[in-house]
Amino acid sequence: MFSFSSIQDYHVFLTGNPNGCVTAVGHYLSVIEEKKHLNAFLEIFANDALQQASALDVQRATGKPLGKLHGVVIALKDNLSYKGHKVSASSRMLEGFISIYNATAVEKLLAEGAIIIGRTNCDEFAMGSSSENSAFGPVKNGLDETRVPGGSSGGSAVAVQMGMCMVSLGSDTGGSVRQPADLCGVVGLKPTYGRISRYGLIAYASSFDHIGVFANTVDDAALVLESISGPDEFDSTVSQKPVPNYLAQKEKGKKYRIAYFKETIDHSRLDKEISTQIKSFIDVLKADGHTVEPVDFDLIEYVVPTYYVLTTAEASSNLSRFDGVKYGYQSSVKTTDLTEWYKQTRSEGFGKEVKRRILLGTFVLSAGYYDAYFTKAQQIRHILVDKAKEVFSNYDAIISPTVPTTAFLLNEKAKKDPIEILLADIYTVFANLTGIPGISIPLFKHSNGLPFGLQVLTEHFNEEGLINLSREMTKLKQ
Amino acid sequence: MTIAGKYEVVIGLEVHAQLQTASKLFSGDSASFGASPNTHISPITMGHPGVLPRTNRKAIEYAVKMGLACHCEIEEDNYFARKNYFYPDLPKGYQVTQHTTPVCKGGYVTINTPTGKKNIQLNRIHLEEDAGKSIHDLDENYTCIDLNRAGVPLIEIVTEPVLQSSEEAWQYVTVLRKLVKWIGVCDGNMEEGSLRCDANISIRLQGEKKLGTRVEVKNLNSIRNVKKAIDYEVERMIAIVESGGTIIQQTRSFDAGNDTTFALRDKEEANDYRYFADPDLPPFHLTKDFIKTMQVSLPSLPEQLATQYQQEFGLSEYDAAQLCDEKATADYFESVTHFCKNYKAVANWMLGPIREYLNGNNFSFDQLSLHPEVLAELIKLVEEGQLNFSVASSRILPSLINGKRSPLQVAEEMDLLQVSDSTELEIWVNEAIRSMPDKVAEYKKGKKNLIGLFVGEVKKISKGKADPRSVKTLLEQKLDENTII
Repeated sequence: MFSFSSIQDYHVFLTGNPNGCVTAVGHYLSVIEEKKHLNAFLEIFANDALQQASALDVQRATGKPLGKLHGVVIALKDNLSYKGHKVSASSRMLEGFISIYNATAVEKLLAEGAIIIGRTNCDEFAMGSSSENSAFGPVKNGLDETRVPGGSSGGSAVAVQMGMCMVSLGSDTGGSVRQPADLCGVVGLKPTYGRISRYGLIAYASSFDHIGVFANTVDDAALVLESISGPDEFDSTVSQKPVPNYLAQKEKGKKYRIAYFKETIDHSRLDKEISTQIKSFIDVLKADGHTVEPVDFDLIEYVVPTYYVLTTAEASSNLSRFDGVKYGYQSSVKTTDLTEWYKQTRSEGFGKEVKRRILLGTFVLSAGYYDAYFTKAQQIRHILVDKAKEVFSNYDAIISPTVPTTAFLLNEKAKKDPIEILLADIYTVFANLTGIPGISIPLFKHSNGLPFGLQVLTEHFNEEGLINLSREMTKLKQ
Repeated sequence: MTIAGKYEVVIGLEVHAQLQTASKLFSGDSASFGASPNTHISPITMGHPGVLPRTNRKAIEYAVKMGLACHCEIEEDNYFARKNYFYPDLPKGYQVTQHTTPVCKGGYVTINTPTGKKNIQLNRIHLEEDAGKSIHDLDENYTCIDLNRAGVPLIEIVTEPVLQSSEEAWQYVTVLRKLVKWIGVCDGNMEEGSLRCDANISIRLQGEKKLGTRVEVKNLNSIRNVKKAIDYEVERMIAIVESGGTIIQQTRSFDAGNDTTFALRDKEEANDYRYFADPDLPPFHLTKDFIKTMQVSLPSLPEQLATQYQQEFGLSEYDAAQLCDEKATADYFESVTHFCKNYKAVANWMLGPIREYLNGNNFSFDQLSLHPEVLAELIKLVEEGQLNFSVASSRILPSLINGKRSPLQVAEEMDLLQVSDSTELEIWVNEAIRSMPDKVAEYKKGKKNLIGLFVGEVKKISKGKADPRSVKTLLEQKLDENTII
């Protein structure tokens, strides 16, 4: 079977195979076909991918310099713009819409020789934690098809999980890369806010949105991160800091100072076995010479409400552009009243969860409620940023579970109180509220047979530390 | 007391000025006017999914310059907010604006009133992006949208409610329009919508402290219409109050067809625009150094300059004011003064024959193709008596404009140089005296004012080339001698 443990291995394979890229694309296309029922992909760019592959094979043969991601077969979450291709954010609202420009991250992928094989299913406008809120049906977890893959980047997680591509891009606004990575047993990396340009990523909540990477290994994720990071004249919030070589392994053998929040590891909603396994892994870390200490985090109950007030506020504004006037879905209901037409178009075009969040966001920004919700939530966000600074003045990293449970059943939470599903984000939203980098590494297996991960967080722009520590931990666990 | 005299008029103006930057406020699309519809648009202007804004630094510079020119306090810590509302010509569903935190606060603009100078207090000047244009009368069934204008940088200059008549409003917009053009931040073209004005108008009984219910009149696309709309509106409001009615808070539009206003919409429950800081744009800090640089880069303002011209160059108040009417005029004047120290003559030339030429061709001074040094030479020739003013202005000047020759060359070629060489002059003078023996007799009997007649005759004989001063001296000499020629 065509299979590689890393991009590096694949590149070795390519040196002896003149048609290697075409072979790789052919292989992944057949796996995608075979796993079609998981609903991970919304569209396969078979022709484009094969054309790209043969061009790359020719490039290699002529001895031209090769990109860092030469021939790497990658899937894009359906909220990243790829010129000349459909992009829908898994929403009916963008029916028929074709992007006329490339997202900066996509531009960089192409420049490094990556092959884009298709766009993956997700929660509509990245709003959800199960990939069930898609206008095109739910994504299924490849390890147990009765269960969800997590979300919102569920399709991208499953694509890597089931070998439908080598790596994939997702987006992480409150955990939408790390959480499905955890539930699917793959690596999910979200860098610092401002590390990767957001230009071309369909906005959910601008100050929380990050592009993230799914991969089989920490090194693969690091390589993709390195390729798509860096300054961009189209995003004013992106950092001007140069991008280091994330594979340099500078800190080999370093003993880390690691913190964990007591309140996370002993949380009442946390699955007991997840708690136990992580605690015993803490002992392993200590035995290896690392310092691992508990730190108080009495704000934990505030993180999810703060996150939802602020993200929905931004979303209510970001999603205003979807009005049916310029592109996308238009209601066929005849009316001569403009407001009525907007209402019809947006009511029909958006799904239930998206509408819920637009309404919530509109509410928290409304006169009379603004200070009680929006202003207060902003204040808490500042306190959380200070908290992160304080912790990182003493520690290199914070570890926690990524998700309180393993993958849950399809339809299980959707039937319940929608608030229930929001609380699943309790461990991941801290990194989005503060902008610090985070990763979920697939270290554990539950007695129920499902995988789960460990979340590692480091200081702003310390992706190098994050990657090195994750690599160390993966080795320790083996 | 007349009915109108019972009431006091209170007016506040909001002027939108499009900044003349090359590109839009948050994208690289061209900000220029007049292109075919929807050609200055990119995914950013169209509000496509995933696009992000980047602030045009030039627009911030222009806003700060305008603030400094209006004596505003400049805010150092700034951010852009989103004003959320739905409209088809607003591609993102929100307008990016500084509505709640303007970059320029307070300040004033000085106008002339019959009772002297008056400072019109400003509330603020803030930056924002323009919306696109909705065209309702092009198609029977559809409204057409042109997004070329969407995203063009605007400053909104808002006065306090301190204007007391349509005349003052007229003055204020005139001065403001001159100012934006003067400092080069806006072309001031009201017809093309580069400068747009909304007026908030209310009336109250004389002596009343509380402001009356206000009506906002939009779409005032000329300074004349600002005045007409206010006049109409004040009359309408007084009529309502006098007949026992109540003024309702409204937004009205001016109809330039019949000089009246009509209601666009009654004030519904206040729109909630849900302003919040745009998370796609980091806050921007203006350093003291930056503000100082902007201050230094500002040209002298018209009033300052006019005073300076009176003091330094000894010009009359009228001439100084005329030269400071437009930046291009003042600039040209100053460039000529580098070559010519007869400032009064420069002013006379510019405000006389040159302006006449420019007006005739619908040009302004920046379109004048006459090198300042050439004008200076021409002035010198007149000063030295080599040319007389009327010949210089009517015959030499036209061939200097757009030409390449020096005034002296032109005068020589056209044989227009005045002759003060005594031998040649003497011939002409003698001829004149000889041709009018009876006038000579009269002169000698004491009719000294006949000298002008002789000078005129010499001018005729010499075809204008004789220098009148030398001619007069020579004539007097000859006629006063007791010789009969």
